[in-house]
Amino acid sequence: MNDKKWIVLGLLIFMALFLSPFLYNVVTGAKAAPMPEVVLTEKAKAAKQCVMPTEFMRTEHMQLLDEWRLKVVRSGLRDFTNTEGKTFNMSLSNTCMDCHSNKADFCDRCHNYASVKPYCWDCHIDNPQGETK
Amino acid sequence: MNKFYLSSLLAVFVLALIAWVGGPSAPWLFGIVLPYLAVILFVYGVARRVMGWSRSAVPFAIPTTGGQQRSMPWIKQNKIDNPSTHLGVFIRMALEILTFRSLFRNTRMKMTHEGRFSYNLEIFLWLGAIAFHYAFLTTLVRHMRFFLEPVPLCIQAIEAVDSFFRFEISYDAIQFGLPGVYISGIVLLAAVVYLFLRRLFIAKVRYISLAQDYFPLFLIMGIAFTGILMRYFTKVDIAAIKELTMSLVTFKALSFKVPQGIGPLFYVHLAFVSTLLIYFPFSKLMHMGGVFLSPTRNLAANTREVRHVNPWNYPVKVHTYEAYENEFRDKMVEAGLPVDKMPEESAEEEKE
Repeated sequence: MNDKKWIVLGLLIFMALFLSPFLYNVVTGAKAAPMPEVVLTEKAKAAKQCVMPTEFMRTEHMQLLDEWRLKVVRSGLRDFTNTEGKTFNMSLSNTCMDCHSNKADFCDRCHNYASVKPYCWDCHIDNPQGETK
Repeated sequence: MNKFYLSSLLAVFVLALIAWVGGPSAPWLFGIVLPYLAVILFVYGVARRVMGWSRSAVPFAIPTTGGQQRSMPWIKQNKIDNPSTHLGVFIRMALEILTFRSLFRNTRMKMTHEGRFSYNLEIFLWLGAIAFHYAFLTTLVRHMRFFLEPVPLCIQAIEAVDSFFRFEISYDAIQFGLPGVYISGIVLLAAVVYLFLRRLFIAKVRYISLAQDYFPLFLIMGIAFTGILMRYFTKVDIAAIKELTMSLVTFKALSFKVPQGIGPLFYVHLAFVSTLLIYFPFSKLMHMGGVFLSPTRNLAANTREVRHVNPWNYPVKVHTYEAYENEFRDKMVEAGLPVDKMPEESAEEEKE
C-alpha cells in the first residue's frame, strides 16, 4: 500500500483551508468591499469638526468615550475641553448623538464592516432625540 | 549573552525597522507585493516539502509501543497506545495532534539526594505548547473578519467567545480594554514569552537551542505584540485596513491604491506575518505537516500479524532457492548434497 494518495488528499484539504478566504471570495464573486461611507447629518456637516479632529476620532473614538464615561460616572465631571479650547458636554446621547443622530448610517456601517459590537447600546438608547427614522 | 538569540532578536528588530520606515513610504510594496509573495511561497514551499516526504521510504514498521501489544485474548491490549487497527491509529493520531499527548508524558530526570535517579512529570512545556497553539489558532480564525465581507456568523461567534472576559482598566492616566479584550491574543503573547524564557533559563534547553529556535519565537512574539499594540494602545484605522485586506483576497489589489490612513505599525505587523509565512516551509515550523507523517505514530503496531513491505520498493530481481536447485541439481546430487527434489532418473532408481 502506498500512502501517497492520502498525503496528497491531506495536503489539498490543508491548502483549501489556508486559501479559503481567496476561494470563498472568488466563488461568491465578492466585490472588493471598499470602506463604507459614513453619512453625516446636516447638523454634523454644519459643525465641520467633531469634538476632536477627524483622524483622531476615526481611530480613538472608543477610547475617548471610555474616558468620558469614567469622568462622568466616577468623578461627576461634565465638561470636556478639546485641544482647540472648545468645551463640550461629555455625553453620548446629548453631544455625540446630537449631530450623529443617524446611528444606522453612521455608527453601524463601520462597526458592521469590521465586525465590532460596541456595548454602548446595552444601556443607551440609539435614538435619544426621538426623531423619526 | 548568546549569539543565537541575539542574532534572532536583531533580525526581528531590523525587519520591524524596515517595515516601519518602508511601509508608509512604499505601501504598494509592503501592503500588496509582500503579502502575495508570502502566500505564494508558503503554498509552494509547504506543498514541495510534503510531497518530498511522500516520496521517502518507510522500510520498517517502527511504531512506538507505549502499552501492551495485541496478544493472547486474555491479555488486555492498550488499544490507543499500542494500536493494531486503523481505528486505534486514528485515535492515537487525533490525540497526538489535538492534545499533544506525547508531550504531555514528558518527564524530567533528576538525581535525588540519596544519589538515585527519579523521573518527574514535567508538564509546563505541554501547558505552554497547548496554550500557544490554541491561542494562535483562535487568533488566526478570528482574523477572518478582515477577509470576509459580510463577516459570517461563525466568525462573529468566535469573536464573541474570545472577548467573553470583559476586563477594562480605566483611570485618568491609563485606559485599556476598549475595544473588547480578546483573551487569545494575551494568552498567545504570554505563552510565546514563556516558551522563550524556558529556552533562556533552563540550562539544558539553552544548550540545545539555536538561532532557528529563537527566531520564530521572536517573530511570533512580534506579531502578537504589534497586534495587541494596534488594538489597545496606538489605534489604527481598522476600516482602511479591512479595505486593503479585502482587496487582497478578492484580487482587486493590483489596480488598487493603498488607503493612506494605515499606520506604520500595521506594516510591521504585516511584514512579520509575511516573514513567518515565507520562513515557514524552510523551518522546523513544518512540524505542522510532519506530525501527520511521523511513522512512529501513524503505523499500526501489528508487526506480528502483517508483514510490512516498504511500499516504495522497486521490483528486485531475485534468484530463489528453487531456481538455484533447478540449475545445480545434478552437481549437488553428484557431490552428495541434500536436495529438495530428486532428479527423475535417480528417483526411479530408488523405487526399484
